[in-house]
Amino acid sequence: MQFSERWLRTLVDPSLPSDDLCHLLTMSGLEVETCVAVAPPFSKVVVAQVIKVARHPNADRLTLCSVDTGDGAPIGVVCGAPNVVAGMKVPCALIGAKLPGESAGQVLEIKPVAVRGVQSFGMLCSERELGISDDHSGLLVLPADAQAGTDVRNYCALDDNLITVKLTPNRADCLSVLGVAREVSALTRAPLTAPDIPAVAHTIDDTLPVSITDPEGCGRFTGRVIRDVDARAPTPEWIKRRLERSGQRSISALVDVTNYVMLELGRPLHVYDLDKLRGGIDVRFGRKGESVKLLNEQTVEVDETVLCITDDSGPIGLAGIMGGDSTKADLDSRHVFLESAFFFPQAIAGRARRYNFSSDAAHRFERGVDFDNNVAGVERATRLILDICGGQAGPVEDLVARLPARKPVMMRVNRAHKVIGVPVPADEIADIFHRLGLGAAREGTAANELFVVTPPSFRFDIEIEEDLIEEVARVHGFERIPAHPPTAPAIMRAEPERYRTLHSVRQQLAASDYNEVINFSFVDEAWEADFAGNAEPIRLLNPIASQLAVMRSSLIGSLVANVRHNLNRKVSRVRVFEVGRAYLRDASVKDGDRDVAGVRQPTRIAAIAYGPVLDEQWGVRERNVDFFDVKGDVEALLATQHVRFTPEVHPALHPGRAARVMLDGRPIGWVGELHPRWQQKYELPLVPVLFELDAEPLLRLELPRYREISRFPPVIRDLAVLVPDGVAAQTLLDELESARPAAVRDIRLFDVYRGTGIEGGLKSLAFRVVMQDTAKTLTDGEADAAMAELTRVLAAKFGAKLRA
Amino acid sequence: MNDLEKIVSEAIDQFASTRESAELERVKASYLGKAGRLTEMLKGLGKLAPEARRESGALINAAKERIEAALTARRAAIALAALEARLAEESLDVTLPGRGRGRGGIHPVIRTWQRVEAIFRSIGFDVADGPEIESDWYNFTALNNPENHPARSMQDTFYIEDKDSSGLQLLLRTHTSPMQVRYARQHRAPVKVIAPGRTYRVDSDATHSPMFHQVEGLWIDEHISFADLKGVYTDFLRRFFETDDLQVRFRPSFFPFTEPSAEIDMMFADGPNKGKWLEISGSGQVHPTVVRNFGLEPERYIGFAFGSGLERLTMLRYGINDLRLFFDGDLRFLRQFA
Repeated sequence: MQFSERWLRTLVDPSLPSDDLCHLLTMSGLEVETCVAVAPPFSKVVVAQVIKVARHPNADRLTLCSVDTGDGAPIGVVCGAPNVVAGMKVPCALIGAKLPGESAGQVLEIKPVAVRGVQSFGMLCSERELGISDDHSGLLVLPADAQAGTDVRNYCALDDNLITVKLTPNRADCLSVLGVAREVSALTRAPLTAPDIPAVAHTIDDTLPVSITDPEGCGRFTGRVIRDVDARAPTPEWIKRRLERSGQRSISALVDVTNYVMLELGRPLHVYDLDKLRGGIDVRFGRKGESVKLLNEQTVEVDETVLCITDDSGPIGLAGIMGGDSTKADLDSRHVFLESAFFFPQAIAGRARRYNFSSDAAHRFERGVDFDNNVAGVERATRLILDICGGQAGPVEDLVARLPARKPVMMRVNRAHKVIGVPVPADEIADIFHRLGLGAAREGTAANELFVVTPPSFRFDIEIEEDLIEEVARVHGFERIPAHPPTAPAIMRAEPERYRTLHSVRQQLAASDYNEVINFSFVDEAWEADFAGNAEPIRLLNPIASQLAVMRSSLIGSLVANVRHNLNRKVSRVRVFEVGRAYLRDASVKDGDRDVAGVRQPTRIAAIAYGPVLDEQWGVRERNVDFFDVKGDVEALLATQHVRFTPEVHPALHPGRAARVMLDGRPIGWVGELHPRWQQKYELPLVPVLFELDAEPLLRLELPRYREISRFPPVIRDLAVLVPDGVAAQTLLDELESARPAAVRDIRLFDVYRGTGIEGGLKSLAFRVVMQDTAKTLTDGEADAAMAELTRVLAAKFGAKLRA
Repeated sequence: MNDLEKIVSEAIDQFASTRESAELERVKASYLGKAGRLTEMLKGLGKLAPEARRESGALINAAKERIEAALTARRAAIALAALEARLAEESLDVTLPGRGRGRGGIHPVIRTWQRVEAIFRSIGFDVADGPEIESDWYNFTALNNPENHPARSMQDTFYIEDKDSSGLQLLLRTHTSPMQVRYARQHRAPVKVIAPGRTYRVDSDATHSPMFHQVEGLWIDEHISFADLKGVYTDFLRRFFETDDLQVRFRPSFFPFTEPSAEIDMMFADGPNKGKWLEISGSGQVHPTVVRNFGLEPERYIGFAFGSGLERLTMLRYGINDLRLFFDGDLRFLRQFA
């Protein structure tokens, strides 16, 4: 809400400079966003009348003007403005005037100068030259009745500030200058001078029949017929100025008057062309199939949830939102009907948004409009219309169907103390309520004092005790409430040892040379298809861009994009990770404390490695990262858990270079090389290796359990076997493990070899076997027997031969 | 016996002229070996009378000990010289860079997240987590923000095509406040929790990102007042920025889920933002309707809640001036936070 400080000060004029006034408003909940001067400082600029205009002898574009500055003898001024004509009133900067310069802080002083050989004793000014606007198309034309010699700052009321207040939705009562003035008066105790609005006596008896079919939508409808108006009469300068300084353009006298009364009193009005109405007006909810063309030319369909103003032709406007095109008053209107209604907020709220527009009226009605100033609003508008446009007013017809209940609200002084944290004395509370116009009765005993408040018709935010406590705290001043150090029982909070946090996983990945990234949760639909094989991702209804249109079910696409982003910036080695949720449709998910039915949202940990395995460094041969480097990172992450890798196929990954990560027999994610198809499509010169894991299972840890350390020496033997190339090493390890003789403590694969000396189609796998007994030293015979058993098992299961 | 004296001094001289242990051992043999000069003299003792044999023997043995001592000293000297030569040869340019894997880093917003968690944990706050695709009820209605209420337009909401169990459109949570409700419903009073996480609003320009992070704080007990809110949050900001030299002000505002409601502004005493009030958080005493939705009796339980932007805290802490840097994964930016 924007308004002129001068206008405000006609209603309440506290002895505070503008800055202090703005600070006071901000600190009481009416946040002042901006306070800007209407015009920068300038001096000695007066209203002047151009008496005579002659061609400049030496310049085609310049004129010689004789100008009356109200000082007796006219002065000669050279002027370059295209719109200068004899008789017009314009601002004239006199000799000695100081004008704002081209840039901030500069000052232009007017001196007598010769312009192309002709003396000029002043300057006629455009709006830009006075710093009022950027308009430099011609001189600022002042009204014909302006008195020559009058100081322009005074004449145009330029010693003024535009104050913009960011109002919260609860303070609809401040959506008018009167409302803000009421607040200022309450805060400063400066007296409020509300506009005096005497009733305008009717000179004709004409009325328009009005009915309210749906009183739960329309509680009150006040109207008046005014005949024989001149709709083409100009809007007076002072109204135009106040409208403009409130951010409203002047349109026509009738519309300007209704806007003015809305800004002044917070009372939305509508004016109809009486001749265009078909029969009387009824306010009712719409019906399916009905539609109405609005003032903004938009035609909307209405239904049973949309409150309408109707006449015999059907809906002619959306109640409280916008009038209709068919009955609007225009410059040719002769007879008009003024509407000043009360619509219930819940009957208006959200409707304009549904039709994708907003209006000043809807903004006010959905927050709550004073239901006690309907008549005052009509009287105020009538007076202005009669003064500007002439005409004959009919009697005011005030139809009251149902007004909002104003239930008394109780506030206990002790409760206010409890919520605020410090006591506010009851006398001060009484004073606060009084200043806010919240007629309060003081009741209860000295120990349990309470106030009973009946909210005024302009407040829609006082329904419960806390609403009043807020008023007390606000007017008392948040700054005066101390910042307490709180006290609480000292209860220890320890982290469970069988659980690690995501933060510790992040630290580990950072220590493994990965940088953390944060990517948007919504991605390009193509990424879902390519990297997750997901043809039906969860789509946003209102994405901000098509490449951010679906919720990702995998973090892989985002990580590939991170690689591309960095490659484009000449960073050729990329290792990044992300912790974030994936979003998957899953009918088995039910509503719960941490779940929303139908959608699974597991947190994932994913990383990508691209380019050299190590940063370029001396003494190390450069090589690009491969599957086993990243698999090693995954193993390090899961070092204390029982993890296995099984070859499986994933849409994002190379089918022969991808593994499913299994933890305790359950799949928790994937590791693999990006599929060559995507490497090509996403234009990556090298192949990235990546992993994506579910976070939850990875955070659970085993508590370490001590096993006795053998005092006897271990026996270490190696076993190298030849097996067909296609046999997975893990299957051999599994067999060895299941056949493990008691003496064997550990079996580890330490070498893989193909090539010279090995028959084609075979590979050599070498295992190191550690044997040890906790009770005695193993004999060679026992060790030999164990090795023979392991060899036998591999031969039986895989046809493995001992490598010669 | 001048011979003996001569032998000893010759031996010492010869030892001293050797440079390697093999040479030294050869010289040693010429004195103490099987055919060495002293050995020969000892062999010659047998021919002497017992009296003279004892006397000569003692003298020869004394000479032998002197030679052996000289030998040991020379051996040590040669070994030391060899070690020194080896050390000199083995010396490295220790100013060459170390080898191995580098170090990555934590995202600056997460760094802030971790610090916020640590600060609030230090006074006994729990940390909660919750879904990002959220139902209308948890995101709005439970927080006293019913359908069609004008306060809803304060936040532009992303909706997804799926609907919740009551037929309302599912949405991306617009704030971390739904986690207040979820956590409070799972736990008994007193409730003392922060809930950091991703949040979403339909807004994208230089100062707004459609996805951002908030941290929600909630403390409900029988006596947690607005003054406590001021105390806790002011203390938090001073710990977070590690200075007592900042001003904090609470300014009346409106949120459907708190009453009284306050915007929290802060001002640094120095640095690039010196003297400017910076909006840092929304806050207030939890609205009784919301307390009831927690499953608690508002007459008995009161307390405060706040919601702060983690990006904002991060930018002020590290002097970052462009919000978009957080989300484009640029390593030139991220590596500054390793």
